[in-house]
Amino acid sequence: MRKVYLDHAGTTPLHPEVYSLICEFMKDTFGNPSSIHSYGREAKKWVDEARQQVADLIGAEREEIIFTGGGTEADNLAIIGAAAARHKKGNHIITSSIEHPAVLNSCKYLAKNGFEVTYLPVDGYGLVDPEELRKAIRPETILVTIMHANNEIGTIEPIEELSSIAREYDILFHTDAVQTAGRIPVNVKDLGVDLLTLSSHKMYGPKGVGALYKRKGVRLEPVIHGGGQEKKMRSGTENTAGIVGFGKAAEIAARDLDSEYKRTIELREKLVQGIIERIPDVKYNGHPERRLPHNVHFSFSYVEGESMLLSLDMKGIAASSGSACSSSSLKGSHVLEAIGLPYELIHGSLRMTLGRMNDAADIDYVLEVLPEVVARLRSFSPLANKLTV
Amino acid sequence: MYNETVMDHFQNPRNVGEITDASGVGEIGNVVCGDILRVYIKVKDDRLDDVKYMTFGCGAAVASGSMMTTLAKGKTIEEAMQLTNKDVAQALGGLPPQKLHCSNLAADALHKAIEDWQQKNGK
Repeated sequence: MRKVYLDHAGTTPLHPEVYSLICEFMKDTFGNPSSIHSYGREAKKWVDEARQQVADLIGAEREEIIFTGGGTEADNLAIIGAAAARHKKGNHIITSSIEHPAVLNSCKYLAKNGFEVTYLPVDGYGLVDPEELRKAIRPETILVTIMHANNEIGTIEPIEELSSIAREYDILFHTDAVQTAGRIPVNVKDLGVDLLTLSSHKMYGPKGVGALYKRKGVRLEPVIHGGGQEKKMRSGTENTAGIVGFGKAAEIAARDLDSEYKRTIELREKLVQGIIERIPDVKYNGHPERRLPHNVHFSFSYVEGESMLLSLDMKGIAASSGSACSSSSLKGSHVLEAIGLPYELIHGSLRMTLGRMNDAADIDYVLEVLPEVVARLRSFSPLANKLTV
Repeated sequence: MYNETVMDHFQNPRNVGEITDASGVGEIGNVVCGDILRVYIKVKDDRLDDVKYMTFGCGAAVASGSMMTTLAKGKTIEEAMQLTNKDVAQALGGLPPQKLHCSNLAADALHKAIEDWQQKNGK
């Protein structure tokens, strides 16, 4: 059976070049980068190189990269660390209603500890209106955190406009760029951000490693305390192999950005058009243009997401859904709720995110299987078939 | 996540569809939580001559509807009223704990269909 992996926004496979380099590194480089001796210096050299590679991907300086234990940890450090460093200036934070749980729950944690949080609404495409941000700013606002692009529906937020408003008021601006880095150009200076989150495993690097870009001069309190690694911002002996792999993944992402971008968009359009042509009663969610190149997100009327995922999985296709039934919390997606989708379409949502290993034959296969899956589930859906008695 | 029996009933659901001249119809669930199950029964001599169902729901909902119909078919009304959601889940060899509340409502839907028949027939 053909296997088609379409969950690259969830995680990506390790790039073969990354794998080779990690193996080479781990074979005999075991030193602690903090050590003075040759073993430590050798490890530090590798970590420094990775730091440069990650910095280069986003147009930053090497000194501005803090390695963390992943994207979630980088979000926590940015938000909780900024709040702790600035609490004397104010206690108000602004975010959006469609952030990743790493951001939303960091904000919730602060809300339990004396901070006030404003959740900006989004329009039907998932876009934050910069004017809404301006209206939400108070004298005590210390941080704005809005994602670069949404992980579910792929909408790219107008970060340049949003960050320039925050700058007018001397408010720190953080963006979670986990979904965009390596997929569209991400430049911290163009974006005008003070803090930016990256994750290795979303760009064909290993899991358990991420980074926070912290603009020179921005002050944060650490969240993890200990030996003072990463310029005191993230204590704990470095995950050297992970960092080395992350660096290589960032280098490859930068190298292949243009070609992968074009290739992925072509595949995406083939998939989107194919679905619209073959399946009636569908809704394409997210923004038609301001969109991640690899994101395809549909709602299929009358069918439930988990049933779609199971049926696709039996045919070798891996995707994801915002349906309540497919989540462990049994809650429908907060993102789809925020863009105003009715419950039926939230439960009937399907996200397919493309990546390096997908090709046109994969798309043909999905376009063969998916219409059958939807038709079968609709054939016994009470929503598609009105009560006849 | 699901065992083989559940996956079999999901893949090959028994007795799906409508009964156009049903004796009773029952529906349970709502679109907010994401599972809807509709049951049709055909009653002959106080027995469930035929049971069919339609569902909008997850794998557990599809499978429990299917299992319920196979358990209920041929039973007397009295026996069918004794059938519980738990019986259905047990016959499926168990369901993931988080699914027991929301997606395991097939017996309730069956009872609603029977009540509908009882009302229509003054029983």
